[in-house]
Amino acid sequence: MSIKNNRLTSAEYQENFADIHPPFETRDAALTEANRCLFCYDPPCMKSCPTSINVPKFIKQIATDNLKGSAHTIFASNIMGAGCSKVCPVEKLCEGACVYNMMHEEPINIARLQRYSTEKAMDNKWQLFDRKPSKGKKVAIVGAGPAGLSCAHTLSREGIDVTIYEKEAKGGGLMTYGIAAYKVTPEFCEDEVNYIMSIGGIEIKYNQEFGKDVTLEHLQKNYDAVYMAFGVGMARQLDIPGEHLEGVEDAIKFIYELRDNDYSKIAVGDKVAVIGMGMTAIDAATQAKRLGASEVTLVYRRTQAEMPCTQKELDIAKLDGCKITWLASPKEILGNNGKVTQLVCDVMKLGEPDASGRRSPIASGETFTLDVDMVIKAAGQMPFQSLVNANNIENNNGKIAVNGKSAAKMAGVFAGGDCVNGGREVVDAVQAGKDGAAAILKHIISPDYIIESELKPTFNN
Amino acid sequence: MADISTDFLGIKSPNPFWLASAPPTDKLINVVRAFEAGWGGVVWKTLGSQVKNVSSRYSSVNYGGKRMMGFNNIELISDRPLDINLKEITQVVKMFPDRAMIVSLMADNDRKSWHDLIMKAEDAGAMGFELNFGCPHGMTERGMGAAVGQDPEIAKMVVEWVIEKATIPVITKLTPNVHSVVPTAQAAVQGGTSALSLINTIQSVTGIDLDTLVPNPYVAGQSVFGGYCGPAVKPIALKMLTTVAQDPIASRVPISGIGGVSTWKDAVEFMLLGATSVQVCTAAMNHGFRIVEDMCEGLNNWMDEKGFEKTTDFIGKSVEKITHWEDLDINYHHIAKIDQDKCIHCGLCYIACEDTSHQSINVERGNPYNNYTVKEEECVGCNLCKLVCPVDECITMEVHRVAPEYVNWKDWQREGRPLNDH
Repeated sequence: MSIKNNRLTSAEYQENFADIHPPFETRDAALTEANRCLFCYDPPCMKSCPTSINVPKFIKQIATDNLKGSAHTIFASNIMGAGCSKVCPVEKLCEGACVYNMMHEEPINIARLQRYSTEKAMDNKWQLFDRKPSKGKKVAIVGAGPAGLSCAHTLSREGIDVTIYEKEAKGGGLMTYGIAAYKVTPEFCEDEVNYIMSIGGIEIKYNQEFGKDVTLEHLQKNYDAVYMAFGVGMARQLDIPGEHLEGVEDAIKFIYELRDNDYSKIAVGDKVAVIGMGMTAIDAATQAKRLGASEVTLVYRRTQAEMPCTQKELDIAKLDGCKITWLASPKEILGNNGKVTQLVCDVMKLGEPDASGRRSPIASGETFTLDVDMVIKAAGQMPFQSLVNANNIENNNGKIAVNGKSAAKMAGVFAGGDCVNGGREVVDAVQAGKDGAAAILKHIISPDYIIESELKPTFNN
Repeated sequence: MADISTDFLGIKSPNPFWLASAPPTDKLINVVRAFEAGWGGVVWKTLGSQVKNVSSRYSSVNYGGKRMMGFNNIELISDRPLDINLKEITQVVKMFPDRAMIVSLMADNDRKSWHDLIMKAEDAGAMGFELNFGCPHGMTERGMGAAVGQDPEIAKMVVEWVIEKATIPVITKLTPNVHSVVPTAQAAVQGGTSALSLINTIQSVTGIDLDTLVPNPYVAGQSVFGGYCGPAVKPIALKMLTTVAQDPIASRVPISGIGGVSTWKDAVEFMLLGATSVQVCTAAMNHGFRIVEDMCEGLNNWMDEKGFEKTTDFIGKSVEKITHWEDLDINYHHIAKIDQDKCIHCGLCYIACEDTSHQSINVERGNPYNNYTVKEEECVGCNLCKLVCPVDECITMEVHRVAPEYVNWKDWQREGRPLNDH
């Protein structure tokens, strides 16, 4: 057993990391699906979308050959509507709420239709939004991830000049660096950032790490407002013996390396254990398998009923050949010559419901051992607590504390996305960015300032 | 098993389904394929005057992802040599003696032309004629087709010429491009026609290409009105059929029903409103002749379920059920009811009623699903919610009579009962 790279041929890498989303190849195919949509009133799909995309409207617009209108409908609510159509857990959001489920029929393939119109818009570089005349105000944003870009685009539309400070060399944040490559390809992520930027009025300063290359004090002094959207950091520590051994990896780092390098350069073990059962755990497990690991086991301390990932994600892992071990909690990592050889787990059983309402796992007293040469930690991410504390930003265990939706407890400073909520979906971050922009406009322009997305959609009257 | 065979003025066919006079019946190869597939009869594509066709010839209306909901054509009558058509008719009659062979005719507008054509077609073996008084394009400009059907006097004159010569049944085909089909139907009956058929196609523009701005069908940058048919015209055809079936003069003769018949259900509806046979074209042009299989099987099963042994047991049964508005029972009232177990919370009933009808549906907001209930006291029983509901039998109309006795508009007015009181 060993951890090594270059396990596959380039053709195999290419196949394993190709986009898993089947597009609608033709207008006919898209229209067949679009025409199934019932065009619900006060639609459950729209209400289940954190960004409130008017789903029936954009689908109707596909059906009427108003593709530009369709893309505008999507992007007006969610400027990362293209990326979200690839990474959203739609089975628990829009598609999960589709009324066809009530008829025990396949829900409308909303994500696929959304890809159809947003890809057309991006491919054709349709400029669907005009900037309002400049209001002579400047806003600094920390982080060019979904929250930051969404906030920037919303502000730019309103005539605000935006500068984004990004610590990486590319924009997109989690979308670019934190999600399985077969869900969103690196090329797509770059195109998406460029498309968002094409409205103008947004500058991204890359390789600028907050707290190091640029300080909060500097931003407060030079801008009318600051929006912090720097996300969350590395995976939660397991706090068990052997965690320091060579071969224990952080899922975030693992995926980051994979997204930032040639696949053949990414080392992976023969036998890999992934700790956790969220989206990141699934992404780490499937990508380890697709990099050529012979055996990948997902280890989760609760049961399938409590898992945070969706059934669809679990199915992807199973189809990739990953094994699942339910009711197992890592107890100790054993090694030889400083390298991982085994993972010892407690066998768990479910006890009383915890704060999340889910039954909490308790050790049964039995243990078992997995032979592994790599352990990937994916049991949640840690906020940037020390960074937040160093800047005297009021926080809850590292998560920035806010008044209302976005106002940090510091004049002119706002925050949103994962750095506030501790880590949620891309689509939640996009909405946070819109909320942040709305709050900033009220602060720097007028308390009465209203942006389009704050208005109640006429669709629901 | 019910008997679905049809006797139309002595012309027998194993089922009431005939192919209408149109491209599917313009030559031996098609008609043989149709008879092999099981069609009861054909009306051979119109023979007569000399023509020259153009390209293209058809266009259609698609709706909600379904193609050819409506269809139109600018094709003329048969453009093949008359003697070849006649020879093929003879051959087909020999091959399929049990099927109805009606020949559609449209001669130039003089007695001799009609007489010559009738003799030739009878010699070829036609079992009946259908007079094309309905073609709405190309021939009308020359005083034929719909130009005849639109003028009862001319129609009667031509029918009389035909009857002078014909020894087999004559069906007069009516044009719908009139205010009412009844005057021409009456004139044809008075002129001696043995039967009527309706409707021919309706003049139409199916749409415009939004790039070139040229309407359809496209002919070298121009278009003309085409004859509209297909499922979209069925309700209009049924109405016109009813007016003929209810007219004391026109209804003296049997009727062959035409206009958007696609399924056995459509056919039964035409027959319930007085048609002895039905004619089909667009559905066959959309899907081929094989559709007749289900038409026969469906009709048979329905007749068995309803206890009808032969088609004449039910032909015309719905004619008397269509009455005048002033005879409707004002005391009849029904109210929508939403089955909460079946409701999928789409809200279509609510928004339709709220925006465009009587604001009779309550919405109780939920996340993500709203609940919808009927405000019984507001509901006028219009049916709109039931019509838009995508779930079968989710919304039903429950009868809540205002009073037990029948009262119509005439009584109501005579008795001075309240008006505009909603």
